[in-house]
Amino acid sequence: MAGVRIDGLAKRYEAVTAVEGVSLDVRDGEFLVLLGPSGCGKTTTLRMVAGFVAPSAGRVEIGARDVTHEPPYRRNIGLVFQNYALFPHLSVEENVAFGLRRRGVPEAAIRTRVAAALARVKLDGFGARLPRALSGGQQQRVAIARAIVIEPDVLLLDEPLSNLDAQLRHDVRAELRLLQTELGITTIMVTHDQDEAMSVGDRLVVMARGRVQQVGTPADIYRRPRNRFVASFIGRANFFAGRAEAGGFVTASGLRLPAPDLPPGADTLMIRPEAVTLVAQGAEGLPATIETATYLGAGWEVDLRLSTGERLSVVTPAGDRAWQPGQALAARIDPALGVGLHGDV
Amino acid sequence: MTRETIRGRRPGEVLGRLALHAATTVTLAYIVLPLVLVVWLSFMADEIMTVPPEGYSLRWYAVAWGQAQLRDGFLTSLWVALAATALGLLITVPASFALARARFIGREALLQLLMSPLIVPGIVIGASIYVFLVQAEIATGLPLSGSSWGLVVAHLLLTVPWCVRLVTANLVGVNRSVEEAALSLGASPLVTALTVTLPMIWPGLVAAAVFGFVVSFGNIEVSLFLVAPGQITLPIAILQYLQWKIDPTIAAVSVVQIALIGLALVATSRITNLGKVV
Repeated sequence: MAGVRIDGLAKRYEAVTAVEGVSLDVRDGEFLVLLGPSGCGKTTTLRMVAGFVAPSAGRVEIGARDVTHEPPYRRNIGLVFQNYALFPHLSVEENVAFGLRRRGVPEAAIRTRVAAALARVKLDGFGARLPRALSGGQQQRVAIARAIVIEPDVLLLDEPLSNLDAQLRHDVRAELRLLQTELGITTIMVTHDQDEAMSVGDRLVVMARGRVQQVGTPADIYRRPRNRFVASFIGRANFFAGRAEAGGFVTASGLRLPAPDLPPGADTLMIRPEAVTLVAQGAEGLPATIETATYLGAGWEVDLRLSTGERLSVVTPAGDRAWQPGQALAARIDPALGVGLHGDV
Repeated sequence: MTRETIRGRRPGEVLGRLALHAATTVTLAYIVLPLVLVVWLSFMADEIMTVPPEGYSLRWYAVAWGQAQLRDGFLTSLWVALAATALGLLITVPASFALARARFIGREALLQLLMSPLIVPGIVIGASIYVFLVQAEIATGLPLSGSSWGLVVAHLLLTVPWCVRLVTANLVGVNRSVEEAALSLGASPLVTALTVTLPMIWPGLVAAAVFGFVVSFGNIEVSLFLVAPGQITLPIAILQYLQWKIDPTIAAVSVVQIALIGLALVATSRITNLGKVV
């Protein structure tokens, strides 16, 4: 077992910079998720850790070992791909045994370890089949077994769940997290799916345009996004432009919102849709009218127009009330849940 | 098809279908008819082709096998084609890896070079190699012209373009993630190529071998200058035989050749999906 240290990693192509100045410390046994829209550099970063892309600058250390110039086959990594990438001509058993054979493990030990790995992913009895005789979820489990059986220093997952349908994705994701915890294996996963990232990651690394935007626990990143990009990529958000003043925030239209702990100089206030409570017209709060209201079972998604002209998206528990467009009411914003941001990053 | 459905269609549609069927039938007949006639001829008892024949017999097969010239020609063609195919694959598989995987200056030029025998007339290739071998023989004193290796080298030019095309196309179709998975599991690039990539493209390798073999086995114009007494290829032996005698012996030989190549193709399509590979 080992941690991973990424220091000043960059990948520049002739015309574009794919990754710039990425430094990360992945702790031993940690599940780190690289998250971002396509083209943000998360996959390139993962491929530099794996050794398939040579960095233009920076270092990669696995354990205490500098592997920056080592080829993938000398890095002792486990890799799981979006498209499973099983060896189509080999049985499930031989797929899992592949890495052990390359390491010269004795035949008897290979058998035991392959059987154990297959049992771990609940595929005992499937050893003799060919990959194409398995479902997508089963194939991905074989790929996971193949990657963990070699006891890699780090497990690298490249969008491992994206090819699976919704229900299966949910199941495999839970299994993956359980497996990772049980084995205590340092893991780096790449995904563009924020739910997936939040549900499995100990820490998330939000990336955009080749750079790290924020690193933190899922709760950290959701509740205290560092910039507008992170705030809108993770969950939904309302943004108000304006300026911070003592104990509050004044929007461009002159609306004064309570917000106690804003950093000085904040020019944007971010409010999550669930930080707003809807109350009857005339009660304490900001007067507003409903523009659209969508019932989602567990709750309502309501878009408001404030009397001062701003729009506000609200998510509110279902309760007994039904909301209708045109309805006048008041919106109460929880002052503790506003986040002040600098600049339009 | 019932009368109702035919009547239910517009006349133009029916006419179109008829035209399609007619065109298909004519084309198919055009391709198959010579084969059928050759097979038919080979079983005729008459020495001169007459329709209808006076009787049927297998005597021309016996006659063909009795002709040392044809029998030796068959064996020479067989070994030349096998050697040219094997050597062709040996050269083209590594070359195809470079062409399909690496990005280097002159890559396109190399591909065109390996494909170029397809655009040079066979007779020119044969003549050039002959002149080269004669000059080399004069210079070195080694008996090069008329050696069967000269023939194999020439046929290599026939098999290489086919092998390059097929192997490269198959390599390009290989999912790189699978190779990367092998690398991540500790396999060096060479081990990955041998244990993962080649098994994945083996239908393409089989197809390349079959096409190379067929092209080499049936070739006449490249071989024309390079054969020597005692090692004449089958097509040239047939040509020489036809120069002084026309009887169904040649038809019998052709049937054997057709059967051999047909078997190879059928066997290939049984183990691989030729339509998908080529």
